Amino acid sequence: MNLTGLQNKLIDAAKKNPPGDQVPYAFEKRIMARLAAVPRFDGWAQWVRSLWYGAAVCAAVALCMSVWSFAPDDEQELAANFSQDLEQTILPADGAASAW
Amino acid sequence: MAEPTRIERTDDELIAAVLKGDPASFEPLVVRHSPRVFATARRYARRESEIEDIVQEVWSKAFQKLPGFRGEAPFEHWLMRMAVRTCYDFLRGHQRNREVSFTELSEPETDWLDRFVAAPDTASDESSAARQLVGRVLAMLSPPARLVITLLEIEDRSVKEIAELTGWSVPLVKVRAFRARAEMRKCLQRIARDKYL
Repeated sequence: MNLTGLQNKLIDAAKKNPPGDQVPYAFEKRIMARLAAVPRFDGWAQWVRSLWYGAAVCAAVALCMSVWSFAPDDEQELAANFSQDLEQTILPADGAASAW
Repeated sequence: MAEPTRIERTDDELIAAVLKGDPASFEPLVVRHSPRVFATARRYARRESEIEDIVQEVWSKAFQKLPGFRGEAPFEHWLMRMAVRTCYDFLRGHQRNREVSFTELSEPETDWLDRFVAAPDTASDESSAARQLVGRVLAMLSPPARLVITLLEIEDRSVKEIAELTGWSVPLVKVRAFRARAEMRKCLQRIARDKYL
């Protein structure tokens, strides 16, 4: 089958049969009703809303930080142990190295 | 008694009125340009309910983005850009509904194909069977391929125009056009294989 010929023929068919441009009855009324139902963009209201969101996020972060500051401090103990462990590990090794 | 003559306001005047806070002035724009938007949407969707949804979406976007219309190009061009992009979004959103086989070719379509195979010149490109068949082939293409074939081959638009309408770069349009033709040929090859082998 001549595929290029078929392709050209079908494209010609589409060219010769353009789609209709009829508009449904009272379509513009429907559009206008739909647009009236959509709230218009209000920049000031948007700004106030984002400020409230920001305030809520800040309050949540402050709350988390205060809870964290009152929590038992295991990490300091862990840090002290860690420094002792590190000292014990390094100093004998250092001594051993100098003896050798 | 003679009726008072009604002077039709231009697109620019209507847009200025809408932007000044008179949304009712948007209605004449809808009346004036809807036929073209409907014709565009009918190239990409079949069901009338889908076509109306696309056109409604186009007008909603146009209303929302109207403050960004700078008036450098005619309003119609700006609107058609929005219409084409909305149609492309529709095609991408309905990719899964693409037709995948030719098993349901109608009798007139089969007859038309037989006539084309026997004698290509006798198969009229004005028949409804040819129209149905091209609709079926286009429905099988991927969204970018369908968009490019429609704009470039069927509507005879230039590559530059397509780039402006779609927001793609000129080289991208060329690449997609090349791929789209190959994709269409593959679809036709599949018809030939299913039907004649």
